[in-house]
Amino acid sequence: MLVASGSPPNPWISVDYVRQNADVLVAATRQHVELVALGVGFGLLIAIPLALLVRGHPRAESLLLGATGVIYTIPSLALFAVLAPITGLTVKTVVIGLTGYTLLVLVRNILAGLAGVPEDVREAARGMGMGRLRMLVRVELPLALPTVLAGVRVATVSTVALATVGVVVSNGGLGQLIFEGLNRNLYRAEIFTATVLCVLVAGVADLLLLGLERLLTPWTRR
Amino acid sequence: MSLIEDTLVWLGDRAHYRGVDGVPHRLFEHLWISGAAVGLAAVVALPLAVWLGHTRRFARLGNAVISLSNASRAVPVFAVLVLFAATPIGFGNRATVFALTLFAVPPLLTNSFVGVRGVDADVVEAARGNGMSGAQVLRRVELPLALPLVAAGFRTAAVQVVATATLAAYVGGGGLGRFIADGFGRADPAQTAAGGVLVAALAVLVEVSLAVVQHSLTKGPREV
Repeated sequence: MLVASGSPPNPWISVDYVRQNADVLVAATRQHVELVALGVGFGLLIAIPLALLVRGHPRAESLLLGATGVIYTIPSLALFAVLAPITGLTVKTVVIGLTGYTLLVLVRNILAGLAGVPEDVREAARGMGMGRLRMLVRVELPLALPTVLAGVRVATVSTVALATVGVVVSNGGLGQLIFEGLNRNLYRAEIFTATVLCVLVAGVADLLLLGLERLLTPWTRR
Repeated sequence: MSLIEDTLVWLGDRAHYRGVDGVPHRLFEHLWISGAAVGLAAVVALPLAVWLGHTRRFARLGNAVISLSNASRAVPVFAVLVLFAATPIGFGNRATVFALTLFAVPPLLTNSFVGVRGVDADVVEAARGNGMSGAQVLRRVELPLALPLVAAGFRTAAVQVVATATLAAYVGGGGLGRFIADGFGRADPAQTAAGGVLVAALAVLVEVSLAVVQHSLTKGPREV
């Protein structure tokens, strides 16, 4: 480590830093994207069946929203702190936490999306002889899709930011580099580059999901 | 002994409730940091939001405010704390207050702005027709009608700030996060978990009590 007398140059933006650490930056970004994909992916796998199970039962709905709300309220650092002694300093700990935080937004938007399907559309689908499952897959879910995907976008962007806290269990993707920069006498280039990459990952993910929404719901545009 | 037992023993140990490194002092720090951040954010956000909503001009500016606060979700608080540490703002509790203020402004600003602007234009028109001045319309019509949303924004901001203040410990600050950071630091699972339990309990407590306050502000007939 370099601790020069006077004030050594410590620029925020350094092309040299990026060039010399391309491997590290790519690896950290990849872990970051993996953490987010796993968190949101598992979140959807849990939220969709739960939402389908409770919908139409107002008390069960508010119970589920309440429960996911409690998880959402628990600070990520606290959750990692309680999980870490059990699941260790692993990716698993971070993914469990991130998954938990996506549930509130996802469940809320899935329920809102399904509730927004007009009753006469359901009526028409029934009139065409559709069963419940077919109506769900062919009519209700497609109509709920914009709202659901809006939830996925919010969950994804928040998860990108939250994943940095994974640093406390040594698996924080780009957060790892931010913390390393802190401990290397405030190595600005490292801190700044990792932060910018983090925001970029969130922006790109948001745009990709927006594109996916356009692709999947062509009828919403004219 | 199991982790749960260890954690309970830690929480029950009187030695952990004394002095600068005791739970009461750390709790006080945590609440002080959080309160200062929410207070500062309110001072910045509320007047701006109310003015933007009240004038009903500068629609573009209003929408930009909403976009900006949505975009702020993408910026990790942890990154901002470390970025601040690398500037003259520096380390510790004060720096954490500034960082948290940045993240408390968006929910306050958006909710209050939407609340005031969302007041039915006909209602405002009617109030004007009754001879109310701009300030009277604001004080007696718009603010009371916007109150539920303002309260919602306040609650979101406060809960988020209390949760995030935990990170202060990682940039040389205090608060309840210290127990977690030090627990990880000396590989003491009981202390780590105990810190986690304390922080989680505080967050849930703040959320529930603010929900009660919000509820009492929102329900019941309001006089306009």
